[in-house]
Amino acid sequence: MPVVLENLGKRFGEGAPVLDDVNATIGKGEFVALLGASGCGKSTLLNIMAGLEVPTSGALEVPSDGAAFMFQDAALFPWLTARENVELALKLRGVGKAERRTKADELLDLVHLAEAGDKRPHELSGGMRQRVALARSLAQDRQLLLMDEPFAALDAITRDLLHDELERIWKETGRTIVFVTHNVREAVRLGQRVLLLSSRPGRVVQEWNVTEEHRTDAGLAGQLTGVITARLREEIRRHAK
Amino acid sequence: MPSNPTPVAEEKPAVLPDEAPVSAGSATGSTKIHAALTRSSTGSADLRELESGLDSLQSDAIRKARVDWSRILLPVAALVVLIIIWQFYVSLGLKRRDQVPGPMDVLEQFGTLWAEGSLQEAVWTSLQRGIMGFLISVVIATPIGLLLAQVAPLRRAFGPLISGLQVLPSVAWVPAAIIWFGLTDATVYFVVFMGAIPSIINGLISGVDQIPPQYRSVGTVLGASRFQMAVQIILPAALPGYLSGLKQGWAFSWRSLMAAEIIAVGGTIGFGLGSMLNQGRDLADMTIVMSAILLILAVGILIELLVFAPIEKRLLQRRGLLAGSTR
Repeated sequence: MPVVLENLGKRFGEGAPVLDDVNATIGKGEFVALLGASGCGKSTLLNIMAGLEVPTSGALEVPSDGAAFMFQDAALFPWLTARENVELALKLRGVGKAERRTKADELLDLVHLAEAGDKRPHELSGGMRQRVALARSLAQDRQLLLMDEPFAALDAITRDLLHDELERIWKETGRTIVFVTHNVREAVRLGQRVLLLSSRPGRVVQEWNVTEEHRTDAGLAGQLTGVITARLREEIRRHAK
Repeated sequence: MPSNPTPVAEEKPAVLPDEAPVSAGSATGSTKIHAALTRSSTGSADLRELESGLDSLQSDAIRKARVDWSRILLPVAALVVLIIIWQFYVSLGLKRRDQVPGPMDVLEQFGTLWAEGSLQEAVWTSLQRGIMGFLISVVIATPIGLLLAQVAPLRRAFGPLISGLQVLPSVAWVPAAIIWFGLTDATVYFVVFMGAIPSIINGLISGVDQIPPQYRSVGTVLGASRFQMAVQIILPAALPGYLSGLKQGWAFSWRSLMAAEIIAVGGTIGFGLGSMLNQGRDLADMTIVMSAILLILAVGILIELLVFAPIEKRLLQRRGLLAGSTR
C-alpha cells in the first residue's frame, strides 16, 4: 500500500482542527479523487502527504522516496524554458547531464508538447503550462503523484482534454495518483475511487467506486455525479446557521 | 441532474473510445461525446491533434520586434533642446561669462583637456576604480545578501544595520578612511565599498522577499537541498530585484567614488574625474568644473545605457514582464 492514513489530524496553532481522524488507504497504481467543499482541508491533507506540512496527530505511511506534486497554478519557473523546467526536476533528482535532455524531450512528447520545449512559460497557454507542469512532476519519477486542483483555473474545453490526457498518462505510466478537486464531475471523470471529505473538520465521510462503465456511459456517470453532489450538499448544509 | 451530455456527430454508429482505430487527421472516430463526464476524445492520436489545435488557438502569434527609432531620436532631441536653452540663457548675458560659461566654452575646454591628455586620464582612472570597486562589492555583497535573506535570525540581527548603512552617505566614511589608510587608493575603495555593498545586499534581500512562495514549495517538492534551493531557485527568481540592487549599487559606487576623489586629493591617489572637479574649483575655472560634471554624468548614463539597460530588458522580456511597460 503506497499510502496509508491512520487517524490523521491537523490543527494550526490553537485553532479548530482542520483535519480530524482521517483514515484512508490508497493502493499502488490507484487513481483516487479527493473531493470536498472549500475549507475541508483537502489541500492540507495533500501537503501532509507531500511532506510539506506535518500532521499534529495520527500516523501516515507514504513511499520513502516521497511524492511528486502538481500545484493548482503551474508554478513553472519563468526564467527557464519549458524543457529546462523539466530538466531542473531531473537535475535535482541527480540525473546526469547527457541523459537529462533526452529524458526531458521524451516527457514533453508524452504530454504532446514536443515542439514547445524552447518556449518560455509566459509564451504558453494555461493548458500548455499545466502539461509542462505535469511533465515536470513525472520527471520526478515518483510512484505517488499528488495533484492539487491542477485544472481548476483552466477553461472547460481545455480541462476536458486534459482529463483525457491525464487518464492516458496514468495508464501509460502506472502511477498512483491522488487528485484533489472541488468539482464532482471531475472527480467522477477521473477517479477510480472518490473520497468525500467533510468540512471543518475534514474527515473522509463516504467513498464511491467508479467503474469502467462510468467512463463511457454518460447516463451512469451522471447518475453517480448526482448522488455524490447530493451527499456533498448535505455536508455543506450542516454548516448552515 | 447536473449532467448535460451533448451528443455531437451521431450519424455514425458509436464506437467505444478505447477500441476506436484512429488515424491522425481522420474524422472517422466520431462518437458520442459527453464532455466532462466521460472520455471525450477517441484515442491518443485524436487527443494529440485536438491539443495541438487548441494550443495554436491559445498561443499568441509571435510579433516581430523592429528597431524603434523614437527610442533613439527622442532622447537626442531632448538633449539638443536642453543645450539650446543653455545657450539662450548664456546669450542673455545675465551673469558673468566666467561664472556661467556657454556650451561652446565648455566644448573648447573639452578640447584643451583632451589635447593635454588629462581628460582621458581622469575618465580612465575613475572608470577603472568605479568598475573594480563595484565588481568587488558584488562579490562580497551577493553571498552576504543570500545568507541574510535565507537565514531568519541573521536577517533580524543585521537587517536594520544594513538598511541603516544604506541611508548613511558613504562620504561620511572619507575622514575615517583617510585616517586609516592615508591618501591611497585604499581610501577610495573603502568609501566605494561602504556605498555599494549595503545597497546590493538590500536589493538582493528585497528581490528574495518578492519571490512567490510557490517557488520554494516547488523546490522542496523537487527535492532541492538548501544550497541547490539558494543557487538554482532563489537566486534566479530574485534576479529582477537583484539587478535593480546592482544598478543602485553601481550608482552608489560611482557617487561615492566622486565624493572620495573630491575630498581626498594628493598622496598616491591618481587623477580622477573628482580630482578634475576639485582642480577646477581651485583654479576657479568654471569650464573645467562644467566639463568634469558633464563627464561624470556621461559615464553614468553610458554605463546605464550600454550595460544595465540591455541586461534588464533581456531579463524582463524572457520572463514576459515587459508587455505594457513604457520602456
